[in-house]
Amino acid sequence: MSEQNSQIPVTVLTGYLGSGKTTLLNRILSEDHGKRYAVIVNEFGEIGIDNDLIVESDEEIYEMNNGCVCCTVRGDLVRVVEGLTRRPGRFDAIIVETTGLADPAPVAQTFFMDDDVRAKTKLDAVVALVDAKHLPLRLKDSREAADQIAFADVVVLNKTDLVSPEELAAVEAAVRHINPGARIHKTERAGVALSDVLDRGAFDLQRALENDPHFLDHDDHDHVCGPDCDHDHHHHDHDHDHHHHHAHGELSPIHDVGVTSISLRGGEMDPKKFFPWIQKTTQVDGPNILRLKGIIALKDDPERYVVQGVHMIVEGDHQRAWKDGEKRESRLVFIGRDLDMERLKRTFEACQA
Amino acid sequence: MPTVAPLDLEGHCIAVAWLNNIPHFALADGVVHRLDDGHKSAELHDGLLCAAPMPDGRLLTGGEDGKVCALSSEGSAELLAEIGRKWVTSVAAGPQGAVAFASGRVAYVRFADGRVRELQHPRSVEGLAFAPKGMRLGVARYNGATLHFPATEGKPTELEWAGAHTGITFSPDGNFLVTTMQENALHGWKLADGKHMRMTGYPGKVKSFSWSDRGRWLATSGAPAAIVWPFQGKDGPMGKAPLELGTRGNVMVTQVCCHPAEDIVAIGYSDGMILAARFADAKEVLLRRPGKGGVTAMGWDGEGRRLAFGSEAGDCGVVDISA
Repeated sequence: MSEQNSQIPVTVLTGYLGSGKTTLLNRILSEDHGKRYAVIVNEFGEIGIDNDLIVESDEEIYEMNNGCVCCTVRGDLVRVVEGLTRRPGRFDAIIVETTGLADPAPVAQTFFMDDDVRAKTKLDAVVALVDAKHLPLRLKDSREAADQIAFADVVVLNKTDLVSPEELAAVEAAVRHINPGARIHKTERAGVALSDVLDRGAFDLQRALENDPHFLDHDDHDHVCGPDCDHDHHHHDHDHDHHHHHAHGELSPIHDVGVTSISLRGGEMDPKKFFPWIQKTTQVDGPNILRLKGIIALKDDPERYVVQGVHMIVEGDHQRAWKDGEKRESRLVFIGRDLDMERLKRTFEACQA
Repeated sequence: MPTVAPLDLEGHCIAVAWLNNIPHFALADGVVHRLDDGHKSAELHDGLLCAAPMPDGRLLTGGEDGKVCALSSEGSAELLAEIGRKWVTSVAAGPQGAVAFASGRVAYVRFADGRVRELQHPRSVEGLAFAPKGMRLGVARYNGATLHFPATEGKPTELEWAGAHTGITFSPDGNFLVTTMQENALHGWKLADGKHMRMTGYPGKVKSFSWSDRGRWLATSGAPAAIVWPFQGKDGPMGKAPLELGTRGNVMVTQVCCHPAEDIVAIGYSDGMILAARFADAKEVLLRRPGKGGVTAMGWDGEGRRLAFGSEAGDCGVVDISA
């Protein structure tokens, strides 16, 4: 387990030119937070800080010989991460900046598919910066804008001062529609607390749910934090207000971007049915599944089983014991394109014990 | 019994090389250590990324500082090129004092007279190797390899094979070109007719390869054994099974280094152990017990009596097999 602990966390920062990425990067590099970051950028560009831990790298999407989209990685990241991790101790974490046109999937997949990268680093979270003013246009004219939001664990809705409260509500609803599980932070001038974007543990099966107790609760109308709930209450407005946006098929004017989420709910699952099902589903629908997350109640299992995935890559592990009185139910969220909700629901429910 | 003279250093060992019969250990922090009547060192880079021995007895290095250097065995370094704030990710030493180095999508060739030629590519230049004869440079790239004749203006030869090619080597007779890939495979081309050779079945990425004496065999890492492909026939290893030497249960081979004269390969593992194995009968001899980290570099001296090695944890040393 010592190897686990020595893995260097990696934050992926996506967003279009003008979304505030550079402002946020400059803050991460200059603020006094006691941590050192290595930053992999596409161009030195506007980062006005001279630091030999800022590495410029050409985005290189490498498909494998088998042509599988789910095995596609960012070749430049493999090389740069390998180089950086040969000299550990110089930095505490890595930030990967991607351009607005980048497909976030190969970036994330690099940290699962490449054995060397996986041994030395762990994906901490995908953070998407979104320009509140221009998002509706971006969603219309590019596939990447929706993909970046769909992939994100944290969405920083920036430049809120440039839009009216109604516009902001519509943009936020659009983000929620694409990705109900993401944490949304509304900011001006990328003024988000760094602790809200760094060291999130969003891909850590053990931490994902502790950090984000609502990540599957967006359709839970009566969620009330218990006395031992330790999540950050001062950020809370954004989570709780939105539980009602979620009926599928309810379209806001800027919703129709092709990416949707499907929430499935069921009782206890038969592991002999559930595991083959999730394998097969991710094999068949993998190219269309951007992210998946879930908590599964397996029959005769005293512990909660958590799963998460990117395209065809699925990871699962026991998380903790079910608490007394906790409802033993299974919940699974898919975010993707062209997903057959009826079939997913039917086949998921057929796995119940 | 082989004897080990340890050299305990701090940091990841990128390469080892024998310069003027003196073992050199190039570390990722940019310092090159040597055992020459005691432990000496020279600091070449702020971050060293790659190194390769040169035919003139010096060590060619490239760094995170955008510098390319040549280090002599007395510890003096010549700055061969400087390209600014970019990583030099690959170097190769060629004939007639030429060297090649890569950064991003550009391969540079520096000739002995100091003239530098830039070879632009549409995608990143991953690996570099000079052909054994003539001024010919091979570049591993996405979807294949490119062969340049950098001394002339002629059009390069393109060899295509889908997938990302990361490392590259010519067979010593110049008949074959072999690349390592991002996926768990090697790919090869017979240069006379462009015929493909697929070498697959590895459980891990192949990061180390070594030709045996006269290029009769190609030893590779990427499995819990050294995978050694036969290259004696005119079609290379096609239709033939490779040797599997030094097989261990669940410990991966990370480095291979063929003996300069005998059909023997030194095999370094992810736990730091080093074995020598003979091709003829697969007989194994322990050269070094497991150490602090995986073996990342090995090199035989010219006579094949001593093997220098380095690891990711910095526990380096020299094994003497003549004792």
